[in-house]
Amino acid sequence: MDRPARFVRQFALTRGRATSANDLALDTLVQATDLGRREAARMAPQQRSIIELAQGPLSVAEVSAHLGLHLGIARVLVSDLAVSEHLAVSTYVNDAGGPDLSTLERLLDDLQAF
Amino acid sequence: MTSRLSERPSSGDSGITTRSLKIVIAGGFAAGKTTFVESISEITPLTTEAPMTSLSLGVDDTGDVRTKTHTTVALDFGRITFNTSMLYLFGTPGQDRFWFMWDELVRGAVGAIVMVDTRRLADCFPALDFFDTHNVPYVIALNRFNGSLAHSTEAVREAVDIDPDTPIVAIDARNRADVKASLVAVVRHAIARRKATNP
Repeated sequence: MDRPARFVRQFALTRGRATSANDLALDTLVQATDLGRREAARMAPQQRSIIELAQGPLSVAEVSAHLGLHLGIARVLVSDLAVSEHLAVSTYVNDAGGPDLSTLERLLDDLQAF
Repeated sequence: MTSRLSERPSSGDSGITTRSLKIVIAGGFAAGKTTFVESISEITPLTTEAPMTSLSLGVDDTGDVRTKTHTTVALDFGRITFNTSMLYLFGTPGQDRFWFMWDELVRGAVGAIVMVDTRRLADCFPALDFFDTHNVPYVIALNRFNGSLAHSTEAVREAVDIDPDTPIVAIDARNRADVKASLVAVVRHAIARRKATNP
């Protein structure tokens, strides 16, 4: 049962600011910015890992899974990196009603060709 | 900080031209959700853990944190990348006590696939109720275990009280073509539903 210790360590990483970032959905896409790439070498290991992972667009859920971070922790780290402009965050929002018709039709075409 | 994020310039300014889409894969324990995702995902399915206390961090004392972190929700997911979008397939956590996680999973989803083992038909009822209540378009996928179904699609349609337009497909979750056909069916169903509500 190493979970409590691991949890506290992760909690410390975010310096206790885990209540932010709730608007980052599981599938919100993020990608390293040029600034992020330039400054990655000087970042703390977890932040640097995220920048290295996000060379192309990938979801918050993937950041969490690949780095073994609880989802809430990943959200906070991603949120901080977005605020400092080291990460770009997709501005597409999945509205409660689901994607619009043209997006659905494009997805259907993509799936059929897949 | 939340507000600063939401005040970021809207549309196109992030430089990320790809958008994400998601389909939720639901069903009872061992109904074949993980197999379904594995059959079509371009990545080895991943697992993310969400602690149930994620919203209350920072206010609890250490004792509370230790108590609460025994409970985490594991979410399995896969991905398919297209030219302009990335489709995520999220499996639902099995236990009913994780309903709170389903709210986030279905928000903005294209739709859902409900995997059914016809030998344990009732296992899917909570998922059907949830998607009906939340107005999520879904397809029922009967998983052929050992190549056969305990009940036909017609018998299942009679047994479950669903909208007559709801598609029911019989699939082998190990078969990529079957899985793809299920995804196509749910997107078609979502399109039909959207056209019906906004003629």
